[in-house]
Amino acid sequence: MSKAPDINTAEIRARYPDVFDRPASARLATPLMLVAALAIFVFGLVDLDFSPARLISGLGQLGWISMMMIPPDPGSSLPLYLKALGETLSIALLGTTLAALFALPVSLLAARNVVPNIVRFPIRRFLDSIRGVDTLIWALVWINVVGLGPFAGVLAIMVSDFGAFGKLFSEAIEGADQKQVEGIRASGGSALHEIRFGLMPQVLPVIAGQVLYFIESNTRSATIIGIVGAGGIGLQLAEQIRVLEWQKVSFLVLMILVAVAAIDFISGKLRFAIIGRRAVA
Amino acid sequence: MTIAVSILPEHQLAALNAVYRKAVARKRLRLLAGLALFVVALIVASIGADVRLRTFFSSFGNFVSYFDRILTLESGQRVWTNVGEWFWGWHKWLKLLGETLLISYVGTLIGAVFAFVLNFFAAENTSPAAWLRFTVRRLLEFARTVPGIVFALIFVIAFGLGPMAGVLAIAIHSTGALGKQFSEIVENVDMKPVEGIRSTGASWMSCMRFAIVPQVSASYVSYALLRFEVNVREASVMGLVGAGGIGQEFVVAIRNFYYSDVSAILVTIIVTVFIIDITTGWLRARLFGEEART
Repeated sequence: MSKAPDINTAEIRARYPDVFDRPASARLATPLMLVAALAIFVFGLVDLDFSPARLISGLGQLGWISMMMIPPDPGSSLPLYLKALGETLSIALLGTTLAALFALPVSLLAARNVVPNIVRFPIRRFLDSIRGVDTLIWALVWINVVGLGPFAGVLAIMVSDFGAFGKLFSEAIEGADQKQVEGIRASGGSALHEIRFGLMPQVLPVIAGQVLYFIESNTRSATIIGIVGAGGIGLQLAEQIRVLEWQKVSFLVLMILVAVAAIDFISGKLRFAIIGRRAVA
Repeated sequence: MTIAVSILPEHQLAALNAVYRKAVARKRLRLLAGLALFVVALIVASIGADVRLRTFFSSFGNFVSYFDRILTLESGQRVWTNVGEWFWGWHKWLKLLGETLLISYVGTLIGAVFAFVLNFFAAENTSPAAWLRFTVRRLLEFARTVPGIVFALIFVIAFGLGPMAGVLAIAIHSTGALGKQFSEIVENVDMKPVEGIRSTGASWMSCMRFAIVPQVSASYVSYALLRFEVNVREASVMGLVGAGGIGQEFVVAIRNFYYSDVSAILVTIIVTVFIIDITTGWLRARLFGEEART
């Protein structure tokens, strides 16, 4: 066995001062950040009225509620719930499709390689502000405009997805290969030809994948917006929670989980059929 | 300079053209069939969702005039001519906004801690037992599939009205979402350090602590910050079901038709979300920058 080489610690220390004697500021940075994070956390707990007593009694209540939820049972309202579920799926499908239709032309105006910065900047900010507002808030606004019901839900999903799609589509367009656009320009095509034959064939599969993905995630959003009165299964869920019909609540939650899983599965298959085995960007 | 392009003889060309047309026609037919199916689905959906085109067009006018109304003060002036009047409740709103931020901060932190504890059991390469992995994964899936606001609705009944219900709802949802992302990061780590540490006879705990955590901590922080950003939006609507934050004030304004308040609160929320987005973006860039240097 060979002898371990002689290690002159002092020499190594002298050679790499950064490793052995890190300045106090660098050594203290991480603990200080942790302490600050913890301090804000404790302040938050106090400010938000957390107390062990409330937590324990609440957990007891929660345990009792979960006991009441078993077994899930729709009572006699199963047909009503199935109809509501259909309504939710319709809201998701329609809202997402409308959003995609409106967002496509606008996303061209927000892409760096299509329009100059002076047009792009305000449109980007406009899309950002739409995205800054939650779907639920849009639902409340639309309920004020068109009244309670699923139609308000469709419009709410449409508006909030419009913001998201505008951004995603324009990023897809910016990521497209410019060589094909240049080819069209070289053969004498106009700006519209460039978009139609140079950009669209490249970005449409990506966009289709994104739209499908959003239909999937909007099934979830469509459940939520029912809670404020915009139709669908969320409306039933909120009502049953308010009247403390826990068996119906757990049944509705199960229904939502199954529906979301089914949509996940179907749209996953469709996505791969449309764009092949590539990942959705 | 001219380039001679050779053209195939007529009979060869005709055969190739026919094959090409057939291939294109099949593709086109499939596309058309898909589109037709989609349109049928849309029509069924619009009947199901009670959509009437007439209502849509008349309501679009309402939508525009709604924005006209929320941008008008009670005195009939435009809101921006009298900012003091527009933001008359800024003191109260800022306080509620602070509460919203705290809700999402505390909720994200609790969720991140739980996700941190659970994710090693959920990851393929570090989970000590298959049944444990299966259980933890299903738990995380449940926590992230049920929308946060549904948890909030139930928690408001169990824990009473107020921000505590909102915090717990956000914490549960974040546990589910972060747990999944964290475990995916763990599944992508380099396993050689783990083998090295295990070969010294270390326990599972030490393997996690000294081989996995140093590799993943930066990504964890980055994902947690991103989740915080998402949760600020989520927390802004928790008030709609009575779980604290600015949403409470917003729903009062919108239900009672306090038009200018609606726009004022919307503007505050949008500005806050912008500021948080920019700050966390900057913070993440800095954290990753530091990580790259050492």
